[in-house]
Amino acid sequence: MSQSSLAVELNGIWKRFPGVIANSDINLKVASGTVHAIVGENGAGKSTLMKILYGMQKADEGTISINGTNLVFNSPSDAIDAGIGMVHQHFMLADNFTVLENIVLGSEPKNGIRLDFARARKQIADIAAENGLAIDPDILVSELGVGDRQRIEILKVLYRGAKILILDEPTAVLVPHEVDELFNTLRDLKKEGLTVIFISHKLDEVLSIADEITVIRQGTTVGSVNPHTQNVSARDLAEMMVGNELPTPEAVGDTIKEEVVLKVENLSVFAKGGKAIVDDISFQIRAGEIVGIAGVEGNGQAEILDALMGIESATGRVQFKDEDITNKSTRHRRELGIGFIPEDRQRQALMLEAPLWENRMLGHQTRTPNAKGIWLTPRSAKADTKRIVAEYDVRTPSIDVLASALSGGNQQKLIVGREMSGEPKLLIAAHPTRGVDVGAQAAIWDHIRDARQAGLAVLLVSADLDELIGLSDNIKVLLRGKFVADADPATVTPQELGTAMTGAGEAA
Amino acid sequence: MNLRRIGISLIAPAIGLFVSLAATAVILTVIGANVSTVFASMWNYGTSPRAMSLMLNLATVYFLSALAVSIGLKMNLFNIGVNGQYVLGSLAGAVVASNLTLPKAASVTVTIIAAMFVGAVWAGISAWLKVARGVSEVISTIMLNFIAIGIISYIIVRTSIGTETSLNIRGTKPIPETGMLRGSAFIDPGTPIYGFFFISIIIGVGYWLLLNRTRFGFDLRATGKSATAARTSGVQSNRMIYVTMLLSGAVAGLVGLPYLLGDTGSYTLQFPTDWGFIGIAIALLGRNNPLGIALGAILWAFLDISSGQLVLEGVPREISTIMQGLIVIVVVISYEVVRRYQVKSEQTNVAKALAKQEASV
Repeated sequence: MSQSSLAVELNGIWKRFPGVIANSDINLKVASGTVHAIVGENGAGKSTLMKILYGMQKADEGTISINGTNLVFNSPSDAIDAGIGMVHQHFMLADNFTVLENIVLGSEPKNGIRLDFARARKQIADIAAENGLAIDPDILVSELGVGDRQRIEILKVLYRGAKILILDEPTAVLVPHEVDELFNTLRDLKKEGLTVIFISHKLDEVLSIADEITVIRQGTTVGSVNPHTQNVSARDLAEMMVGNELPTPEAVGDTIKEEVVLKVENLSVFAKGGKAIVDDISFQIRAGEIVGIAGVEGNGQAEILDALMGIESATGRVQFKDEDITNKSTRHRRELGIGFIPEDRQRQALMLEAPLWENRMLGHQTRTPNAKGIWLTPRSAKADTKRIVAEYDVRTPSIDVLASALSGGNQQKLIVGREMSGEPKLLIAAHPTRGVDVGAQAAIWDHIRDARQAGLAVLLVSADLDELIGLSDNIKVLLRGKFVADADPATVTPQELGTAMTGAGEAA
Repeated sequence: MNLRRIGISLIAPAIGLFVSLAATAVILTVIGANVSTVFASMWNYGTSPRAMSLMLNLATVYFLSALAVSIGLKMNLFNIGVNGQYVLGSLAGAVVASNLTLPKAASVTVTIIAAMFVGAVWAGISAWLKVARGVSEVISTIMLNFIAIGIISYIIVRTSIGTETSLNIRGTKPIPETGMLRGSAFIDPGTPIYGFFFISIIIGVGYWLLLNRTRFGFDLRATGKSATAARTSGVQSNRMIYVTMLLSGAVAGLVGLPYLLGDTGSYTLQFPTDWGFIGIAIALLGRNNPLGIALGAILWAFLDISSGQLVLEGVPREISTIMQGLIVIVVVISYEVVRRYQVKSEQTNVAKALAKQEASV
């Protein structure tokens, strides 16, 4: 790969928001015709940087040069004119339009005043053939799956003449074989001479596709590595991302007690069409035990958790201690002492436009310190919110601010603190430390460990394999709604776990 | 921070009032009226004791109607059917009260229960349709309005419940004086303030307590703020739809009673049938807050009452309708603008406060 032609060069980019520095002194060189990955923790400043590159926000300082020319972007249309295209993480497609209509939407080819669909159809067919993006242009988008939708998004930006593609966390929504297909597409695009900027925090994927990797930490670029020439592991990258030795959660001693807290038998969850998303799984968790579920996102984790909480209807049997709770309401389950940290915190765990202390009541609105009989007790709820804010290091000037004013990590700390309150017997947790900084992560682990010592049973879903291995007493690998393997956290490595998760090999 | 919030929430109605006054002034000028004379005449009449009594009476009705709408709105349930619920409730109240020979307190209580019950049942139909059949409550409640009016016409014209009242209008037989709640004339000697004025204050306080101080209120507000989060927290959405709709309908059943028990004493075919829609406008103005709704109801009633004065000034009385419409539109828009500003400014403020904390450590 010749370093002579740079598709994108960013120099000394700064971006300040009131009270926050999102980007400080970002320097980035992306060689033409390569796949360049940008990795960093949540909140490290990746999204801001991409918004600047795509003209959605303006940098306070610094220069952007595209193919050797210095440019100033005032809006995304400037960036599009310069040949930059963005594939957003959340697809922006009209469901009731066909693929063809979606692709041309916003830049329709015109023949006088009439839409020239024939020309558009030919253009799209050409682009699709060149890049191996086969797709039927006349099918409705609503009939397509996630992988196909992503392909349409890519076609959309190619149709607009993009030579530099920005993909924002493109694999977050894909299942493994779709990820492979995406990577094949990206290799084809590269062959056609296009440049791809790939944002991710999934390090294994980044290592497999990228020609160059730039790491961002706390708003600034801390280094670039070339995985072809340098020998870098996912762990090396992770350490660059967090800036020091990774804290590893250490399991302390054996705390597992006799009593079975949760017993799940033949649990299945079906999608609308009758397809099993969770397929006949059984397991149990004892007091003081942490059972981890490893799996690529979208293999049924969210559905298992929702079914256990009684939010999603399921078949099978769920027993909590001595009580059969299969048909019990969510509220009843919560009152039994089941804490729940859902995957999608903004949709499921927060009222964004309500103050923190009201959010502290959510899910616990029938119990002390939030209520007495039918009446709410705001005073004690507020006092307890202050306790959570202090114990879980929620960074906020007051408990009266709206939840939407907090950063994602601080929202998460509040949720974890809330769900760990009132001495739960069972904690059902999805990604409990997602988006929180390293120090707070260690603190949350300590809280969970202490509670386990006291007999808390935990069902843990996490995309962070180190977290899973470090905390769990038992790991089950979930693939397409089924447990396909068990792993012993004492001996398994993240690599082995990763392999099992994709169904590529046998688990350790 | 709280003072600041209250200040911010007053901005929107202030802007609404100002813009609609300004626009009305322009319209008046265009049609060749003298702006200051018209406004002064409306104000002078509107602040006279008689007009103020009429205004409070009308505001009582509007207040109840807006509360009924608000209960639903708090969880994003649009009860457009207050009209149907209150006309049926009023009819039921009139029939029950006219057949009772009880002491006043007992008679009025029974009348209130009857009206609330019928209003709740009528709203309950929409709740059932929504839960069981997935019918949007907007559609079903508005359709049930027409059905309610039809039923009432049938009952009064075709059944023995309807009789000839004075002036050749058919209606229910008159309520005996022991069943009435005429109130007392403490502002203008000739115009009593409805007894229901005080009952509606109690209901307003009850509404506030229910929403802000009970578990049920929390569930209701949580559902409105985030249906998914509420469900995850253990709120059963179908049950919430039933309870909320029944409550809304029960309060709606009361809307006609101040007028029925304080004035007409009989449900006739001339009983007003559009107070429910006014309630929607006032609920929006008052932002589902009982105090805001009370102020909105008084403002609306003021414009209604003093519009009669416009005719004397040679100006069409529809000018006041235009003002009412403008106020609602401008206030709704400015609420949304203010809300967005508030969310954003709070984020900025929190970030600033945290940066300061960090710097001082």
